[in-house]
Amino acid sequence: MIDSINRMTAMTARYYYLLRSSWLRLAELIFWPAMQMLVWGFLYTYLYDSKSSMASTGGILLGAVLLWDVLFRGQLGFSFTFLEEIWSRNVANLMMSPLQPAELAASLMLMSLVRLLIGTLPVTLLAFLLFGFNIYGLGFPLLGFFINLVLTGWAIGLVVSGMIIRQGLGAESLAYSVMILVLPLCCVYYPAWVLPLWLQPAAWSLTPTYVFEGMRSILIDGVFRADLMLECFALNLVYLTAAFATFMLLLRSARHKGVLLTMGE
Amino acid sequence: MNSIATFFAGNGGLYQPAPTLSAPAQPMAATEAATPAIAVETLCKKYGAHWAVDEVNFVVPKGWTVGLLGGNGAGKTTTIAMIMGLVVPTVGRAMVLGHDMATERHKVLKRMNFESPYVALPARLTVRENLTVFGRLYGVANVKQKIEELIEEFELGDIIDRYTGRLSAGQKTRVAVAKALINDPDVLVLDEPTASLDPDRADWVRGRLQAYQRRKSATIVMSSHNMLEVEQLCDFVVIMSRGRVVALGTCRELTEKFECRNLDEVFIKLARGA
Repeated sequence: MIDSINRMTAMTARYYYLLRSSWLRLAELIFWPAMQMLVWGFLYTYLYDSKSSMASTGGILLGAVLLWDVLFRGQLGFSFTFLEEIWSRNVANLMMSPLQPAELAASLMLMSLVRLLIGTLPVTLLAFLLFGFNIYGLGFPLLGFFINLVLTGWAIGLVVSGMIIRQGLGAESLAYSVMILVLPLCCVYYPAWVLPLWLQPAAWSLTPTYVFEGMRSILIDGVFRADLMLECFALNLVYLTAAFATFMLLLRSARHKGVLLTMGE
Repeated sequence: MNSIATFFAGNGGLYQPAPTLSAPAQPMAATEAATPAIAVETLCKKYGAHWAVDEVNFVVPKGWTVGLLGGNGAGKTTTIAMIMGLVVPTVGRAMVLGHDMATERHKVLKRMNFESPYVALPARLTVRENLTVFGRLYGVANVKQKIEELIEEFELGDIIDRYTGRLSAGQKTRVAVAKALINDPDVLVLDEPTASLDPDRADWVRGRLQAYQRRKSATIVMSSHNMLEVEQLCDFVVIMSRGRVVALGTCRELTEKFECRNLDEVFIKLARGA
């Protein structure tokens, strides 16, 4: 157990060294969420000032944007941290070391969380300072939403990383595109009932739908839906377990295919 | 010694090692000593319809240095990757210190290490940071002290706080070899360890590897295209072609058998199908 913690600490140190080696990397973590928040923040301001029937939706949109970013950046943080190993041709060094796949996954999760906090905390403050939107007004449920979205991001990141191990850098674009693929079904900006009936089961099979429905329930009706939160958490545990099993299967497949030694070339 | 020091080739031929080869200097427990460092048994790897490695067999006793030779595409790197457990054999198995590397590699990885030109250390980390990370990954007791030893041994003092990606090819190789020795491995796997070094530095690195091998009685498996290097470092040579072992023995035995002046000529003769 102590050995395992030491190895995870070593990997965390490795990613910390990488982050501190370049201020541009750090700035990039904040840049994209900040730009996105600015665009939606101005829209929020416009809707609010117009005093139209759409005025009340501005806050919901901004809340949705910030929470979507938690999911998107969580997944991206996991996948990109892993991609760093591919880009630096370091995968074989790690696979040949005593580092276990579960320890690698745990290190990537931790680093994804660190990157996420670096990226989103300043942006939530910016949203409050520039547009008066306080995401923390969601109260305690915000923590539940955050945890659920991060767990989903990790599950998707595990599958994406497994695909990259198996298929090589040809699968790199998955890290950017996979979230866009599920975006229409996650009901980020609209409720699930808007979708055609036949698509709704697919939407409810995705954990973000529960989070965004829960967020709207608080912002529109002032009601916290504990049932949605718990269902989402249970579903996340299933997905995370399945994602780790998939990661292990793809890693095993990569060892059969013989791509680990030359990965990144 | 003879019973565990028996090499056998895929064609069924047996080889008894020359009696002058030295046994491991460190005393070992009876069962531990009886286990060869590496045992490659009927090792095969098939990619699609192509057999990259085809029935390779050899045993490496503890404390020996074995050279794996062959032209491009001979199957050396695939064989090495299977010994390291990075590639799962289609048939057969590669055992290291008594453990099957396809299924039990986690039991032995702490006692192994490797260096390969296909693999790099993270470019955006300094040399010291890289050595620190790998020292911790391998569970080295006192990482700082170990790094100081490596700085001295590999003359890394002037580059230790530079980004690894900004080093010359030769400096990178020195750092990679230092990383490969950070955990004092019992089994060291080297894929063309001096490929990018000038003759002077290559000789210097060979000297360090030789010194390490003698000091720790480590087992080394290395592939190389440099026959001089193989003659200098290796107790035993396995020559591969098209995935199969085509010759094996000590350097002297091979030159005598093929009536050549040196290993270079043996290699060329075999490569040209003699």
